[in-house]
Amino acid sequence: MTEKKKLRIATTSLAGCFGCHMSILDIDERLFPLLDLVEFDRSPLTDIKHCGPCDIGIVEGGICNAENVHVLREFRKNCKILISIGACAVTGGLPAQRNHLDLSSCLTEVYLTEPGLAHGHIPNDPELPLPLDKVHPNHEVVKIDYFIPGCPPSGDAIWKFLTDLIAGKTPELGHGLINYD
Amino acid sequence: MSNTFSLDGAEVPFAPGQTVMQAALTAGHYIPHLCYHPEFKPHGSCKLCTVKINGRTAASCTMPAEAGLEIESDIDELNDLRRRLVQMLFAEGNHFCPSCEKSGNCVLQALGYDLEVHAAGFRHQFPDRPVDASHPDILLDLNRCVLCELCVHASSEVDGKNVFGFSGRGITKHLIVNSESGKLADTDIALTDKAMQVCPVGVILPKRVGFSQPIGQRRYDQRPISAQALDDAPRPSTGASHD
Amino acid sequence: MVADANVRMAELDQILERRDRDPGDLLQILREIQELRGYIDPATVTYLASQLGIPRARIEGVAGFYSFLHLQPHGEYRVLFSDNITDRMLGNQQLLEVMCHQLWLQPGKVSEDGLVSIDMTSCTGMCDQGPAMLVNGRAITRLTLQRVQEITHLIRNRTPMADWSADFFRVEDNVRRSGPILDNKLAPGEALRIGLNIGGTAIVEEVKKSGLRGRGGAGFPTGLKWEACRNASGTIKHVVCNADEGEPGTFKDRVLLTRQADMVFEGMTLCAQAIGAQHGYLYLRGEYRYLLEPLQEVLQRRRDSNLLGKSILGQAGFDFDIEIHLGAGAYICGEESALIESLEGERGIPRNRPPFPVTHGYMQQPTAVDNVETFCSAALAIQMGADAFRAIGTEKSSGSKLISVSGDCPRPGIYEYPFGVSVREVLQDCGAVNTRAVQVSGPSGICVAEHEFHRKLGFEDLPTAGAFMVFDDSRDMFEVARNFVQFFAHESCGFCTPCRVGTSMLKQTMNKIADGHGTQHDLREVEHLDHVLQTTSHCGLGRTACNPVLHTLRHFRPAYENRLKSLDFEPGFDLDGALERARQMTGRDDAGAHLNTEEA
Repeated sequence: MTEKKKLRIATTSLAGCFGCHMSILDIDERLFPLLDLVEFDRSPLTDIKHCGPCDIGIVEGGICNAENVHVLREFRKNCKILISIGACAVTGGLPAQRNHLDLSSCLTEVYLTEPGLAHGHIPNDPELPLPLDKVHPNHEVVKIDYFIPGCPPSGDAIWKFLTDLIAGKTPELGHGLINYD
Repeated sequence: MSNTFSLDGAEVPFAPGQTVMQAALTAGHYIPHLCYHPEFKPHGSCKLCTVKINGRTAASCTMPAEAGLEIESDIDELNDLRRRLVQMLFAEGNHFCPSCEKSGNCVLQALGYDLEVHAAGFRHQFPDRPVDASHPDILLDLNRCVLCELCVHASSEVDGKNVFGFSGRGITKHLIVNSESGKLADTDIALTDKAMQVCPVGVILPKRVGFSQPIGQRRYDQRPISAQALDDAPRPSTGASHD
Repeated sequence: MVADANVRMAELDQILERRDRDPGDLLQILREIQELRGYIDPATVTYLASQLGIPRARIEGVAGFYSFLHLQPHGEYRVLFSDNITDRMLGNQQLLEVMCHQLWLQPGKVSEDGLVSIDMTSCTGMCDQGPAMLVNGRAITRLTLQRVQEITHLIRNRTPMADWSADFFRVEDNVRRSGPILDNKLAPGEALRIGLNIGGTAIVEEVKKSGLRGRGGAGFPTGLKWEACRNASGTIKHVVCNADEGEPGTFKDRVLLTRQADMVFEGMTLCAQAIGAQHGYLYLRGEYRYLLEPLQEVLQRRRDSNLLGKSILGQAGFDFDIEIHLGAGAYICGEESALIESLEGERGIPRNRPPFPVTHGYMQQPTAVDNVETFCSAALAIQMGADAFRAIGTEKSSGSKLISVSGDCPRPGIYEYPFGVSVREVLQDCGAVNTRAVQVSGPSGICVAEHEFHRKLGFEDLPTAGAFMVFDDSRDMFEVARNFVQFFAHESCGFCTPCRVGTSMLKQTMNKIADGHGTQHDLREVEHLDHVLQTTSHCGLGRTACNPVLHTLRHFRPAYENRLKSLDFEPGFDLDGALERARQMTGRDDAGAHLNTEEA
């Protein structure tokens, strides 16, 4: 009997807080049966730096800078199914609350006029990703196949969603698991 | 047989003058709705309560009940339309649920949950809308306004004050406040007003109260809106219970 | 300063006095203040609220609804270019750019010295003599580069508009083909006398027998409407003439009100007799402001001839008069229940129906609302008799129809035909060649492609309110649809979710496709939006707002597909452009400071 091929999963956090990744860990002891079904590619859990071909990509956080765009595209290119997880990935979330401010006033406030900044300057190191003028949810930059809302979604919601998906079912969360906060 | 219509195959009785929505809720049948409130005259702007009446779509909250109507509501096609309408409302405003005091008690959010809306689907508009914190006791956050008009009616019809109104049109339609400064502080609104209680989302909020109920114990944490709305519906004082 | 303030207050009081401080006249009061002052300032709103006894939020709400009313200073000269697709085809965008450039300002903005603002507005009903514009509400036609330069000069010199050459304001009738309505030499009172002889019931019967159907587009049988109104309970009833001719590409009511005003009023008065109404209203679109005084003269002449007023033509108890209400830039007010709201001085939001205006119309009283041309046709039916009227046209579409022809043809203007004329015949008569498509009945109507030119205008086949916009094979039908989509987004009243949000999103998606960023994903989104709009909108505006896209996608899908990227998905915004601000702030221009919009 051949062992069933494991699904390959990649995860990343863009303009997010890693709270959704903490919530992935919140599926607790169910991680063990999950690891019987899947293996991880690029992810903060593995420290693999670039994504190879995967079955499922899970993206936390939205798009606030050029690097986020590159990473999201890498995921889209390599993952058959791409999932936005959490309020920031799905709606822009907390970072998008800067959207009604002009970017230059944000940068000026943070680097030049904030009290306590002496000789401040706006960093121009090419190593640093440039911020976009607005923060966008992921589905405005690439095609996203599924969304798990929540800030963060609960471990139970993530478990239900992933097991549905792995079982080939259209995921449904239902009352108590679907949350926007 | 005479004063009944059919809703998803069930016979629904109605009293003269009732709309389809009123009759359905009274009889214990849920039709999703947002701008309809049992205490106010329905006006039918959100369109979430759209049903098919003899094959044609119409808002059930404003449609007078008539004997013999064949009405479909809980069908995939209509729930799909409702899902898109909820998505449109989420995309139109700035709805950051995690930082909203109304979260868990919000009708728009609860409708999203019930209809399994996982994302706005449409492009977020991120409109630039003001927050008015001028009033000592009351906060007005227009980022969340869904233009349901309930506060306008509550303030004029119950409170007798006309604190709110609408200006603009199309996508620029917006809630306004009845003062020359445009500020809430310069109106006669009070915490005890009906207008304070009817906002289905988190636009009109008392200050210094936030996140007062723990997550898990808020209104729609406990019961989905489809069940909650039936509990809230006016019941005939006599006669058989719907349970 | 104090004296100044007193003068200003006295001006306001005069307007209020003339309107009996009636809050129902709020829109008319605001329109007059706008005309006098150029905008309505906050203190004025507060004063009006105290004088009219209504909340100031209601006044601000009404002023904010109509696009010709302003709550902020909008320039001494307010220039609005008509932006129908026919104006675009005649180069209005270029003219606007030239004018903005010469006056150093951006469209939609007021110049720093407060002199002038320039913007676009929905079709002003001058499509046969475009490009057209409105300056402080006055229609100017036949714009050319030279004319625009002259106007710029006049504005820069602050020349009062009263001193501008009358030629700017000349509006041609351009009647190219006339029939029983346009040729009619009806003597004032002629049809009315017949009506008085036969009596109200017989008028209704005669109109029913004539088979007359509403000319505004929906085609409801006029006789049935009048009968319902006659039978409706209530002693006070109203007749409303819908002259809010806002459907882009339509201008036949303008010509009827110019040449056959008596016939319009005769039809209204017949209706009043038939239904037992005392009050009549002509709701004239703000774009036709210049017709107000001539129409008032006609009304006065009719009063002087006892064709209006008390005991009309000596008939005791037949008391009826007509007043004119002006709109202020809102297409939605062409919808009859929104029009009634507007007449009552409210925001023009379509009502929930039932109940219908025939029982609960103006002031919740029975009201017959009919189109300008419908009243003319009713007068004609009474004048010539139902049988003769019925002999014109086709079985289900009796009588004649005025067609407003514009676009790619050498002879744009008004054509009166018996119903049943084919699209091809009209095209031949107006001299159109190499025609690709005709938009029948405006943006909410039907886009007819070449293989359908045999189709006939009439309720059996192609119902029409009268617009007939011709597009030849040099035209891009995607751009036509995009113009119409922009129109609907601009004119949505904002009441219901699907139309308020859907028309705006449809506009964004069409713009994205136009900018070359569209994908198959966007076409699917357009189709989703169309479905939501069609099935859940509150009124006809939302329900038909997707027609231009649906019809052009059906007939001219390649016009869309040619613009699409081969990708299945692309962002709705310019990714590299979104980094521009950060590049400026950091002074960076390295490779990492750029993004390709397309995935590498």
